[in-house]
Amino acid sequence: MTGVAVLPRRRAASGRQGAGGGRRMLVLNIVSVLFGIGVWWLLSATVENIPSPPAVAERGWELLADGTLEGDILASLTRVIAGFAIGTALAIPVGFLMGWYSTVRGLAEPYIQFFRTIPPLAIIPLAIVLMGIGETPKIFVIALAAFLVCVISAFQGVVDVDRTLINAARVLGAGDRTIFLRVVVPASTPFILVGMRVGLGSSWATLVAAELIAAQQGLGFRMQNAQVYYDLPTIFVGLITIGILGLVMDRILLFAERKLTSWQERR
Amino acid sequence: MTPDRPTASTEGAPPKISVDAVSKVFPVKDGEFVALDRVSLDIAENEFVTVVGPSGCGKSTLLNVLAGLEEPSGGRATVDGVEVDGPGPERGVIFQQYALFPWLTVRKNVEFGLRTAGVPARERAERADHFIRLVGLEQFADALPKTLSGGMKQRCAIARAYAVDPSILLMDEPFGALDALTRVRLQEQLLETWSQDRRTVVFITHDVDEAVFLANRVVVMAARPGRIQEVVDVDLPYPRTEDVRLSPEFGELRNRVWHAVYHQSTSLAQPSTTTA
Repeated sequence: MTGVAVLPRRRAASGRQGAGGGRRMLVLNIVSVLFGIGVWWLLSATVENIPSPPAVAERGWELLADGTLEGDILASLTRVIAGFAIGTALAIPVGFLMGWYSTVRGLAEPYIQFFRTIPPLAIIPLAIVLMGIGETPKIFVIALAAFLVCVISAFQGVVDVDRTLINAARVLGAGDRTIFLRVVVPASTPFILVGMRVGLGSSWATLVAAELIAAQQGLGFRMQNAQVYYDLPTIFVGLITIGILGLVMDRILLFAERKLTSWQERR
Repeated sequence: MTPDRPTASTEGAPPKISVDAVSKVFPVKDGEFVALDRVSLDIAENEFVTVVGPSGCGKSTLLNVLAGLEEPSGGRATVDGVEVDGPGPERGVIFQQYALFPWLTVRKNVEFGLRTAGVPARERAERADHFIRLVGLEQFADALPKTLSGGMKQRCAIARAYAVDPSILLMDEPFGALDALTRVRLQEQLLETWSQDRRTVVFITHDVDEAVFLANRVVVMAARPGRIQEVVDVDLPYPRTEDVRLSPEFGELRNRVWHAVYHQSTSLAQPSTTTA
């Protein structure tokens, strides 16, 4: 919970640096990536079994050309987006209700605290037994992962709404409904968006594991399959693709966050 | 022992605000904290009353009781003869921390109370514009609060409170967080508006100069338990110009209030004085 609370502030600090030397940062980032690839190349030349960057690029091109990679990306993205959407769509109202009504909080909290201590991956065997090996258990586990992160931040967002703002609305004649819709919801948006970003991260992590266990398609499945054939380049392609997709999705949410919470005072 | 009841200077007319033996007790770790101990006070319509006192004297609690944000543990507060039971649009509140909605522009902030009252959009915009002009923020009508200085934020909050046309303004150390120059300017602007509309004002402050400069009456409170120590009538003429501020009469009143605020332990030995 503390990790979630700390995140917005940390991002605020990096945002300030970005405004001052955005170009410099970009150059440094590019230099760093190129350096990393160089190190990788060097390693592949000295250590046995590590595929070189060109070999991985070539394999990636092959997988793209025969449509395998696209199919895997589509299968994985569908799972993540479905699970993430279901998880957050449930988490936001539940978190709001928990923050707003102490009764709901009292009833829901034991379950949320309990399930939070169980890694969603540990639920996979149970989900497979109960729901079979189709899409349902995978989406369920992903949704659970997103839900548990997001519900806490939505709840925290409501609890942390400045009392003075609620009082200001009350003295301006606002009733509970207005206060909720026009003060609590906007005031907790930054928390929810941070929760969604963290939730997306755990959805993504859960996805790959879910596919490692039982799937016919998907990036996790492809890597699992490649492991059997000792096909290291394919494993690298899978890892890099997962990384890039996760980064892109995170950036999209970050962009939404910036747009939706630009009113925040950054201190 | 029943506390003395300081009454408004205008005799006969029923008080606009009546505080009748109001107590407020907060439970603390070991025991309880008496924020207000049977405080009684009448405020007449059109009066400008400032409440000054050391921290912990319950001045903000008193204001919150009047605002309907806090329920008294004992006694009652009435406005226009009706017991205060929750906040109401006839009592506008201005907070020290401005309490602007940071996601709304100045205009939308000012319109907030009008929206909750169901004022149609066009009238809402007109009234918001009027009050934004009144506080001199017309160039910042579409700016977000984060881009405003402290003084501008408080002016926006004042416009927001005026917009719903309350008959009473309750101000909780509104200028406490501002620099001295901005504070003096806002004091003068507030008095200017007040002398035009003569809205009843209850103004909490810890600044003795501010208390004397603004008020018809200064209510001095004492802490532990929170109670009224002394009420000082300020018969300085309005408009209160710089000359008033530098006059010997002002200095005398200021010294008197200062003494009542900062030498409470000594004055406690004497019988509590209340001026009617």
